[in-house]
Amino acid sequence: MLYADTVRNRSLSEQPVLIAIIFAVSCVVFALVGLHHTLLALPFLPQPEEHGLVTQGIATLVVAGLFTLNILLISRLRLRLQIFVVWAELFMCFLIFFFAFDLNFPFILTKLPFLLTQGVFTTLYVSAISITIATVLAIFGAIAKLSSNGFAFAIASFYTSMFRGLPLLVQIYLIYLGLPQLGIFVDAVPAGVIALSLCYGAYMTEIFRAGIMSIDKGQWEAARSIGFKFGLTMRRVILPQAVPIIVPPLGNQFIAMLKDSSLVSVLGVWELMYLARTLGQREFRHLEMLLTVAIIYWVMTIVFEIVQGRIESYFQKHHRR
Amino acid sequence: MTHEDTNAVGSEIIAIRDMHKWYGNFHALKDINLTVHLGEKIVVCGPSGSGKSTMIRCINRLEGHQKGTIHVDGIELHEDMRNIDIVRQEVGMVFQHFNLFPHMTVLENLTAGPMWVKKLPRAEAEDTARRYLERVKISEQAEKYPSQLSGGQQQRVAIARSLCMEPKVLLFDEPTSALDPEMVSEVLETMEDLAGTGVTMVCVTHEMGFAKAVADRVVFMDEGRIIESGEPVEFFKNPESERTKKFLDQILS
Repeated sequence: MLYADTVRNRSLSEQPVLIAIIFAVSCVVFALVGLHHTLLALPFLPQPEEHGLVTQGIATLVVAGLFTLNILLISRLRLRLQIFVVWAELFMCFLIFFFAFDLNFPFILTKLPFLLTQGVFTTLYVSAISITIATVLAIFGAIAKLSSNGFAFAIASFYTSMFRGLPLLVQIYLIYLGLPQLGIFVDAVPAGVIALSLCYGAYMTEIFRAGIMSIDKGQWEAARSIGFKFGLTMRRVILPQAVPIIVPPLGNQFIAMLKDSSLVSVLGVWELMYLARTLGQREFRHLEMLLTVAIIYWVMTIVFEIVQGRIESYFQKHHRR
Repeated sequence: MTHEDTNAVGSEIIAIRDMHKWYGNFHALKDINLTVHLGEKIVVCGPSGSGKSTMIRCINRLEGHQKGTIHVDGIELHEDMRNIDIVRQEVGMVFQHFNLFPHMTVLENLTAGPMWVKKLPRAEAEDTARRYLERVKISEQAEKYPSQLSGGQQQRVAIARSLCMEPKVLLFDEPTSALDPEMVSEVLETMEDLAGTGVTMVCVTHEMGFAKAVADRVVFMDEGRIIESGEPVEFFKNPESERTKKFLDQILS
């Protein structure tokens, strides 16, 4: 939560000018979008193709009015209910978008089990291995970037600069196609894991560095004056305090990694994205498969978000500052 | 104390000779000479910015010096030393801002050093910890986290944490300066108790009552120099230098 002021903000229903503005803006937006083509206007305009400007105008006004009324009603709900209703409505919009495509649902249903087993499993295990390696790389990278050792700093800063500087897709190709030139042959899965780990290790290096730097110098001094060596101080004092701070950005990276693992589909790894493309291609049903994996990815990230929330509240309870 | 037989009371434990320290161009410590014998209680005082904290931070090399020598228990402190951690185990430090480990309980704070540095078994470390918690009179708080304690309690835990390493010397860096006024006395009482046990103490503080009560010697610093040092009775009654007089007038009035 942001800082919660003790003075109540005026609610929407007390601000007629704001309501008018919302109504006016939504009129303009809906008029520009041209509602007569969309599902939203269909109930009011039975024959979308045969109406003049007047009917269009009426439709726009009606929909904008309903939209404003909807906002007004939601603004009067309790916080929790408000959040739920807004979520539900946005999700409805997504579903309308989804159903607007004239999808072949039996096709989706026949492919779904394979996507959920083979696809989700491969995506998850590639991501899990990569994020683990990336975390280890990041810890060492962060320490190296903070160290006064020239070699360590140079290697670490070169590493982060390069792997943050190249597009992940390029890295994946370079590793898969480039390593064999050196006589090192790697399969698609290891190549993908290497690319993902190196790339995310570079990003996470910066996160860990920031986390380590955020710990008060007094903690170092206290640990060192008890006789802790560097490694022990890091492991027992600094990192345990830094990790709770960096959980939100780390969660971000985990989620981004989960989705960027779709890039290894270019190597022919049988993860979600690859399966979606190949299964869709075979029967010219691209959108069905793309939308299906879109939802699968989304559901997986929602699970990650929940886990992240749990971890955050765990640290809030157990690691007081 | 663990090594009393090898270090008889009265032998030199800290020896600072002609020591200088610079921060860049700023000459922070000038020609410091100070000898501390085992069992002695030294109080270092002086106006803020006089270098007293810097000086005691040099004794366990949280700060490095550039000229002169510092010996702690016979070991010289310098840039290239490999055994600084051994010296630091012998020299406990209590900080102005306590610097307890916030993610550990009080008991864990106390056992951290003995278990991970001295490699004592947990049971033994916890026994020691509880003994020292009792000495600083907060044994009932062992399972709490530092943030659940008052400032005075936190500082007493910090003192106990240093004691758990059974150091030969305890350094106090303005231990009561960050405390609310009503908590100062509980920390000072703890320190006075401690002084009675024969431990060697070097204490930077403005608490002149404490100095009068326990110090064997009071050292007055100003502008990076030791201006004078002497037994507390003499020091407070007949300070040699004008600067000391002025300082004492300000602080005691």
